Amino acid sequence: MQRIDKYEQVVGKSKIDELKMLAGYLKGKVIQHINSTAMGGGVAEILSKINPLMQELGVNTQWDVIKGTPDFFDVTKSIHNALHGKEAIITEDMWKVFNDVSSMNIREMNLYGDIMFIHDPQPIALIKRKSRMKNSKWIWRCHVDVSGPDKDVWGFLEKFVNKYDAAVFSSAHFAHKMKARQVLISPSIDPFSDKNRELTQKEMDAVLNKYKIDPQRKPLVCQISRYDALKDPVGVIEAYKLVKKYVDCQLLLVGNRATDDPEGDKIYKQVLEAKGDDPDITALMVEDIPSEINTFQRVSDVIVQKSIREGFALTVSEALWKGKPVVASNVGGIPLQIKHKYSGMLCHTIEGAAFSIKQLLNAPEYARRLGENGREHIKQNFLLTRHIREYMLLFLSLYSNKDVVTL
Amino acid sequence: MNENNGKSFRFSTRLHLRVLTGLKASNIEELLELIKNVPGSSIYYHTHHFLQQHQYLSPEPPNDFAHWITSALNEEVLGEKIASIDTIKFPTIRDLRNEIIRTIEGCIKENPRIKLRFASPDKTFHFIKSTSFILPTDYVAKNLEDFLEILKKITPDSIYFHMFEARLRLDMETNDFSFWLGTSLSEVELAGKLASLDPYTYTMEDLRKRIIEIVEERLKNAKN
Repeated sequence: MQRIDKYEQVVGKSKIDELKMLAGYLKGKVIQHINSTAMGGGVAEILSKINPLMQELGVNTQWDVIKGTPDFFDVTKSIHNALHGKEAIITEDMWKVFNDVSSMNIREMNLYGDIMFIHDPQPIALIKRKSRMKNSKWIWRCHVDVSGPDKDVWGFLEKFVNKYDAAVFSSAHFAHKMKARQVLISPSIDPFSDKNRELTQKEMDAVLNKYKIDPQRKPLVCQISRYDALKDPVGVIEAYKLVKKYVDCQLLLVGNRATDDPEGDKIYKQVLEAKGDDPDITALMVEDIPSEINTFQRVSDVIVQKSIREGFALTVSEALWKGKPVVASNVGGIPLQIKHKYSGMLCHTIEGAAFSIKQLLNAPEYARRLGENGREHIKQNFLLTRHIREYMLLFLSLYSNKDVVTL
Repeated sequence: MNENNGKSFRFSTRLHLRVLTGLKASNIEELLELIKNVPGSSIYYHTHHFLQQHQYLSPEPPNDFAHWITSALNEEVLGEKIASIDTIKFPTIRDLRNEIIRTIEGCIKENPRIKLRFASPDKTFHFIKSTSFILPTDYVAKNLEDFLEILKKITPDSIYFHMFEARLRLDMETNDFSFWLGTSLSEVELAGKLASLDPYTYTMEDLRKRIIEIVEERLKNAKN
């Protein structure tokens, strides 16, 4: 049995047949994805899922990674922060590093796709090769919340974006008035990945023993996100402290380190300081082992995602897919996934997050209903098969400028 | 589109890609102005995407304009009026757009204070338009029995295409199913029954069930 056929169990045969049909229209085209890291972070994760399935469907999909130096990734981290609207100083020297490394990649990379699919700002300058690749189509996929970016940094990137045939964003709020055609495609999760599949009790016990976590001891509140100021882990600890005054619970923070994110250690240190000697707070810096993340989500009573800015927040989709009640900030792609008080709780502040966590811990039946609605919403709209379908439609749309395309 | 080969009906499906226009509104006047000027595919998207995206019950009205006016501008009366527009009554997107404009202009005239309401920045209305891709499927019905069997297994997107999009966006007078049943199978009464459904008040799965019931009833009567 092919991997793609397994998805029939979840979405039905007709949906998979549709994908096979669409793939047929892309025969002969080579799709080349390019991003900045092969491991760590949401982009690498989604590409590692989508590419094999697309290949199985018969679409020639390849994936390559740009080369970068540590100071290049420091600059792209600052660009990332500036796009999120966070204060970031990018000096002329830093732009020089960005331009030099970009030029090196432009010169040395093997670019061969009929459709070039460039992810995030790090490889954005590769578009300069477009003029030398006759008939090639170029897509820039923005995984970042650019609803309120630093104007100078956005202005710098926009010059590149406008040369692309299409720019793809995860939320309508990220759209800009610009020359490039802008497409809205939400990310997705894979129900059969180690991060989302059903786990046996034995598998979960092994993880819980490894990290000495006992979810039976006290209700467990959990945030899983890399240690990044924009994920506000310190804010989660403050919210927990407000809850703790009324409900005896424990807090679990779990984060990993992406290779393109040099800030992680600094934020982790701040988290440990905020934690102090509270024995009911566990803050783990772990390798990104999917079945462990899956376990943490499955044993939690409430899952929190108190981000200040977000791209899409796949951790929210993962939690909802497991039928968990989620308290999350009303930012980025989160309101697309959570309708307040229907499929989860949205919040704007630490106090708001604390209030919702308390409410869900005290009303498990209500929490269960929210979780059920959330799972159904993810099933309908945010699974991998929908994502693959939209990518294929995007590829096909590059060859037509009509609103109704008859294939 | 149905491919009429003698009496057969080939089921198609419709898939869509959301295209961001970069146009946005923060108050009712901006919204109205853009409703007047955006492409028809944007009006279509904001009055129809809900049907495909939420194929189960959800607390929001099936119309983005209504939802935004109610939740971001807190104008419940106007929101309700927009939500209650009888979409099935309008044969074209142009007519539907005019009705939305007429309703909003009427409310502003009656209650000019609405103009003072502003949405917070995180609740700005963003205009999206839809690019539709129409694909033929392998399912072909030659008679009513085939039609019934295929109805049970095709995707909600296919039902959606034949019941909504073909009629409204491709300027057909009725839905595809009714057209084929009436003209190719001479099932005029059955065609009329399907044409008289208000598909906007069903979830997609309930709509499938209802069409199946109606066809099953017709087949049962034919045997008796």
